[in-house]
Amino acid sequence: MKKFAFAASVAAIGTLTLLPFSWFVLTSWKSAAEIIAIPPVILPSFHWDNYRAAITRYGLLHYIGNSAIVALATTLVSLAIASLAAFALARFKLRWARYYLMLLLALSMFPQIAIAGPVWRLLNFLDWLNSYHGIVAAYISLTLPFAVWVLTTFFQELPYDIEEAALVDGCTRWQALRLVVLPLAAPGLFTAAILVFIHAWNEFFFALIILTYPALQTLPVGIALFPGEYTMPWGEIAAASTIATLPLVALTLIFQRRIVQGLSAGAVKG
Amino acid sequence: MSNSQDPVWRFLLPSFVFVGVFSLYPILESFRLSLYRMILTLPWLGQKFVGWDNYRDLITDPVALGSLSTSMIFVAVTTPIEVLLGLAMALVLNESFRGRGWLRAIVLIPWAVPTVVSSQMWRFIFNDRYGLFNYLLYGDATQLYWAPLAEPGLALLSIMVADIWKTSAFAALIILAGLQGIPGELYEAASIDGASAWRKFRHITLPLVKPALLLALLFRTIDALKVFDLVFVMTQGGPADTTNLLQFYGYKKSFAEGMIGYGSAIAVVVFLLSFALSVFYIRLLGTGLLRKGRQT
Repeated sequence: MKKFAFAASVAAIGTLTLLPFSWFVLTSWKSAAEIIAIPPVILPSFHWDNYRAAITRYGLLHYIGNSAIVALATTLVSLAIASLAAFALARFKLRWARYYLMLLLALSMFPQIAIAGPVWRLLNFLDWLNSYHGIVAAYISLTLPFAVWVLTTFFQELPYDIEEAALVDGCTRWQALRLVVLPLAAPGLFTAAILVFIHAWNEFFFALIILTYPALQTLPVGIALFPGEYTMPWGEIAAASTIATLPLVALTLIFQRRIVQGLSAGAVKG
Repeated sequence: MSNSQDPVWRFLLPSFVFVGVFSLYPILESFRLSLYRMILTLPWLGQKFVGWDNYRDLITDPVALGSLSTSMIFVAVTTPIEVLLGLAMALVLNESFRGRGWLRAIVLIPWAVPTVVSSQMWRFIFNDRYGLFNYLLYGDATQLYWAPLAEPGLALLSIMVADIWKTSAFAALIILAGLQGIPGELYEAASIDGASAWRKFRHITLPLVKPALLLALLFRTIDALKVFDLVFVMTQGGPADTTNLLQFYGYKKSFAEGMIGYGSAIAVVVFLLSFALSVFYIRLLGTGLLRKGRQT
């Protein structure tokens, strides 16, 4: 009886989690008639017209390209800046390190609307609206607090002796970071990179206000603003959504352990 | 070991620049802008200092007050449900059974799905003519079908469902980390003393997992105040402003209508609200959790 109840709850969790999204993925393979059919068609006829239309008619590949550029650039720059800062915070015995970390934590909690207007005006002033560097700059400031927290936690857990020996042997701090700490912290860097990448890939609010030229818009903006007044092109939306989500689901399933570890390093200790 | 050729500030400078220019300055600037009247896209019309007028308008604007109470209701309903569901999921995931690794990965999928995608997905499920939701409720009786996203009350409920689906897993992860920190000997000792499963849960699990529950509640509350994508895609704040969550209303005023002064006043209120809530929860949690693992 107890075993049965447990198995039932496992099944319930799995079903409730998977069902809605699976339904949407199945929709991407349905014909227009199958999508609006009552009773619903469960197994689609598996045709690829929606994907073809999403690519040719709605410029899906364009959005994917923009998202990839923005998310990768954000990940690289954000991690570079965060590893420098985290190294200093974890190793330099700064008395105010705690306060800086607290400030970063506080900043990561604030709703984006609190900074959106001034950020827009600043980017407008720099003529950085509708540019990759404009959106990447905004995303770096969004992801930096989290990246610094996670990396500081990881760096603190590294043994100090090797680094100390390197410094005694005349290494500069810069060399100690580059030659000792970063290689040792590679797993932590990778974890932080996945999480920053997912964040940047999914971000919608800043993308919406900063990127108004369709040629530069990212996938979330493309999917949210999918054209369609009276009849929504659900098949195409589902196809675009499936493609936008696929890389993330793959990352999640492959690096599940790391992601959980990274999220709890960012959350529980912070 | 003190290296004069690479001083500390060089390592921290890039992060200071970004935090200063793109986070701290904008927050202060939001405060300043909230005292002015100006149009975002027409800056040449000038900015007129109006003092507290925007705030005075805010407390007499029924839409703004509605937006505030909608946000409060949203937070009050979704966060406890998410934390409870998270606790339930975490308790299951903390057991050892075959397929546990799989379930833990599956649970993460809603967290990884872009919010815009899950918004479109729920909008499709709640469709008034061929949505799965209506079919599950009424089957073939299409004349009974609802338009949940077009009905006041139901629209907010639909957005809540979408939020709970997507974010309970995150709460589960935090709580699971808390559960895994409970030493197994406590349960063994309790078993030897003949404690029932309920008593073990009540007297060992619950007290020891409480900090993790509060932490999950803190993170969910903060995020619930940030909800934007769901509203933008599913309802655009409607019907009749019943889903105008604060972040969306601020966006609408500042960017769709260009009233950046008034929008900034909303932004400041949201900012102060989430600040107050964070301080409240962190007090409740105690500073112990925030203390760093190893001070070097």
